[in-house]
Amino acid sequence: MHELSICQSLLNQVSNLAAEHNASAVENIYLQVGPLSGVEPELLQSVFPFASANTVAEQAKLIISSMPIRVHCRTCSGESEATINRLVCGLCGDWHTELIAGDELLLERVEMRTDH
Amino acid sequence: MCDTCGCNITPGNKHLIQANGKLATTESGAAAVDVLTSLLSENDHQAMHNRDHFDKHQVLALNLMSSPGSGKTALLESTIDALKDEFNIAVIEGDLETENDAERIRAKGVTAIQITTGSACHLDAHMVHDALHHLNLAPLDIVFIENVGNLVCPASFDLGHHYNITLLSVTEGDDKPAKYPVMFRATDLMLLSKSDLLAVLDDFDPAKAEHYLRQLANAAPVIPLSAKTGDGLALWIDWLRKQIKQHKHRLASGERITPDIQSDGQHYHSGNHDNKLTPHHHAHDHNHEHVKL
Repeated sequence: MHELSICQSLLNQVSNLAAEHNASAVENIYLQVGPLSGVEPELLQSVFPFASANTVAEQAKLIISSMPIRVHCRTCSGESEATINRLVCGLCGDWHTELIAGDELLLERVEMRTDH
Repeated sequence: MCDTCGCNITPGNKHLIQANGKLATTESGAAAVDVLTSLLSENDHQAMHNRDHFDKHQVLALNLMSSPGSGKTALLESTIDALKDEFNIAVIEGDLETENDAERIRAKGVTAIQITTGSACHLDAHMVHDALHHLNLAPLDIVFIENVGNLVCPASFDLGHHYNITLLSVTEGDDKPAKYPVMFRATDLMLLSKSDLLAVLDDFDPAKAEHYLRQLANAAPVIPLSAKTGDGLALWIDWLRKQIKQHKHRLASGERITPDIQSDGQHYHSGNHDNKLTPHHHAHDHNHEHVKL
């Protein structure tokens, strides 16, 4: 359950941003969490209310999106979609690939209320 | 992963996520800031700082990960026996509770710092940094960081080490790489431990374990070994010797490395197709009390 420590780290970043912009409350937090990030979006959602209690993001909505896993093949130079435990090239079947999307673990955007 | 902010933006996904970092206003009048930093940026920053410490003293740091009971401590005991006359070794032990593993290492005449994580299921860069305060890196060649036995959580945290080593004991399933892809995708070396038991276990096929690792696009070497009988140990010891030598050589030519999975991302990072990482600049010359216990 490392999602709690990741959530706390997220909230530190969000709180710093809110302070920087003199925000009174954070309304929406947008994240990109890829299937290969090692983080479960549902667990992140479920720990968020506990981690955010008594912070500026207490009322915030956590909006998590994800993009499909894609690989670039070093053998045929093609690009294809892959699955979490089969990162082989979808075109030529070779396993000498590089991940180009799917391991994102990003704080993308924060929307907050500023009273000035 | 980007070495500056720890983000995961690559040419492959940057068209999907574009931030301008500017303040905008939403329809409801709220202020919106596009950020694009890693959720783990605090940890990653601390990890880079730890790596600076290791690199400054030319110490190779290895992160050992596996399920509980796969033989990490036993492997370290045999490794220390084989290498202690040749290299100066220290071990950072991560466990939820007890100093048992650290005591086993100390019994071999090697410094061991125990981190007890309480309920935390993984080590993070801050915990390792605290441990470094109790370790005099100057005389060392290699630091093994024995992570908490867990194939899930430790995979997400950069500790400031140079290579990931994953043990898969033959008493587990040979499909573990397929079941725990995040961990095994990031490994730089897979050790099939307790190989002496292969003779009595007909359901573990080392070739299959390797196949599942390759399916994760991972070219890491695979070494079956037994800390108990010593079979295969020579290959592991040779690998270590080679890495220690290469690490010192690399640092001498100003080259720095981060664990494999990140340098891959770095390779893809826009505008930088050189695998050599630019040293991260921030003040790390503060006065740490590096006390030898």
